[in-house]
Amino acid sequence: MKYMNKFPAKGKFDGFGGQFVPETLMPALEELKKAYLKLKKDKKFKRELNYYLREYAGRPTPLYYAKRLSSQVGLKVYLKREDLLLGGAHKINNTLGQTLLATHMGKTRLIAETGAGQHGVATATAAAMFGLKCDVYMGTVDMERQKLNVFRMRLLGARVIPVKSGSCTLKDAVNEALRDWTTNVRTTHYLLGSVVGPHPYPMIVRDFQRVIGKETREQILNAEKRLPDAIVACVGGGSNAIGIFYDFLDDPVEFYGIEAGGKGLKTGKHAAPLCDGSGGVLHGSYSVVMQDKFGQILPTHSIAAGLDYPGVGPEHAFMKFQGRIHYDSVTDDEAMNAFKLLSETEGILPALESAHAIAYLKKMPRKFKGKLIVVNLSGRGDKDVEVAAKAMGVKM
Amino acid sequence: MSRIAAKFEELRRRGEGALIAFVTAGDPKPVMTPKIVKTLSKHADIIELGIAFSDPIADGPTIQAAADRALRAGTTPSHVFAMIKKIRQTSNIPLVVLTYYNIVLKPSLETFMQKLATAGADGIIIPDLPLEEASETRKVARNHRVDLILLAAPTTALIRMKKICKASSGFVYLVSLLGVTGAREKLSDAIKHIIAKAKISSKGRIPLAVGFGISKPAHVREVIKCGANGAIVGSAFVKIIAKNLKDERKMLKELGKFGKILKSATKNQRD
Repeated sequence: MKYMNKFPAKGKFDGFGGQFVPETLMPALEELKKAYLKLKKDKKFKRELNYYLREYAGRPTPLYYAKRLSSQVGLKVYLKREDLLLGGAHKINNTLGQTLLATHMGKTRLIAETGAGQHGVATATAAAMFGLKCDVYMGTVDMERQKLNVFRMRLLGARVIPVKSGSCTLKDAVNEALRDWTTNVRTTHYLLGSVVGPHPYPMIVRDFQRVIGKETREQILNAEKRLPDAIVACVGGGSNAIGIFYDFLDDPVEFYGIEAGGKGLKTGKHAAPLCDGSGGVLHGSYSVVMQDKFGQILPTHSIAAGLDYPGVGPEHAFMKFQGRIHYDSVTDDEAMNAFKLLSETEGILPALESAHAIAYLKKMPRKFKGKLIVVNLSGRGDKDVEVAAKAMGVKM
Repeated sequence: MSRIAAKFEELRRRGEGALIAFVTAGDPKPVMTPKIVKTLSKHADIIELGIAFSDPIADGPTIQAAADRALRAGTTPSHVFAMIKKIRQTSNIPLVVLTYYNIVLKPSLETFMQKLATAGADGIIIPDLPLEEASETRKVARNHRVDLILLAAPTTALIRMKKICKASSGFVYLVSLLGVTGAREKLSDAIKHIIAKAKISSKGRIPLAVGFGISKPAHVREVIKCGANGAIVGSAFVKIIAKNLKDERKMLKELGKFGKILKSATKNQRD
């Protein structure tokens, strides 16, 4: 089956996705969809976005052959260096796109949710550059473990609004952002940070992140004269993963989406709905979620705040059921070891989120031994130094 | 005729608007709910019972806190069905359940609606299930003679409002403002506009009830005067529960007192 450019159809990925939001937001989603589909074809919009991605954010990012890491894991590993972008993560690809879209729609205020703070920083960055007001919702638990990013957002002129409801993490920040949007829908654009939420968000965010895969394709063909055997990316909501996978979907390439295994799938303390969740509706779309037998959303755990989310993008749920993408998980400890491994072998500090993808290199099926693998290094790890030190028992 | 339709018909003949009272089932604990409902039923015309969901995106802080209390007290949908059954033994008041789609979907639409109907509920409101996603749920609800009550908002255009009025059953829930549930000092300016739009759309074929932010007798009077058939009050009742968590008798007394004042505001409005 061919996948590219076929979905979503009528807002759904073969049953996954949809628009499960209060009526108040439905006209806004329709307006957003129309504006996006129109601008998507607009050459001037494309030129403008490409200009900012190149001159402002730092695209294209390198595809780097990680020689010492490769010999450690027995694979030929290339890293797609999204960590080198402005703000230190792939998130800016989406926030520049959506902010440009919002200005075309005449919106004067941006709101966003953030977990690790990377999407919040990327939104605050784009808002500062385009001169828009920006409010970022962040759970108080995340604010504590990502203090650095909280301060960065404030430096960028954004207001960070603490969310004290529920588990005080990313899912509650999304709830609060949705409530804000319902209240201020006429002036405000909700800049969702991942391929989650109601249609058209999973499509829009995916499309803005596809630049990762498009560049990777060109770069690997240049460097190796062939396509990779597999691509590995971490999956929280799933935007960096779908972004790098998408333009290879119709090729003979295998994909591994790595979720946060937390303290281990069997403990229940994880954030791996694709590995250990079931069908349900959260934040406006039908996908897989972590829930109890009554449909209450369960608390999650991950050392990586950006993966600490009980849901996942509907297109990933679709790909799982299609068998097109493999999903697996690594634990907090494995991610921490990968964090150290990449630092020591390559001099690159990965974000704890991205460290999950690096960690999986040691767990790849045997058939990949010596094979050509691309890993999406979706973000850099400076923000995680404090959490890492704590996990390693080091007092700073 | 369904209990809800019969109630609106009865009120129409009497020249009254409906007072629809919302509380979260299991708040502050499951055993309290039948007592609270019994008290409210003395004045309210329809009772709306919330089944708590962990992530209530349409609710403001007051009802979020109520859902938290209910969940912490261990309330499950099965408990709520049992409460409804218990209430039904002694009361014929129309009962509507309000919950989020995931709670309905988890056991399957069919199972949930069947249990709801068997327990004796008359309708269901699902705030995160808009018209486009509602067709299957409508079908299943209809099979079980449960009214699926759809919502319309100030952002809803006329053409869409017409579709919602046509697809909704029992009544149409008009959201009075842009935002989430919660008591407000003043009524939203959007109210007259949305009621007028809904009246054109419904052509009198389905009752209209206004909710979100309605918390005072003057608010109730105003929405009935503007032509709505009912006023939905939630957060204002929930606040009374929250304020009197340790004094059951006072809680019930205050709820009754407030219900009585609100109900009288629905009367003698029509000329």
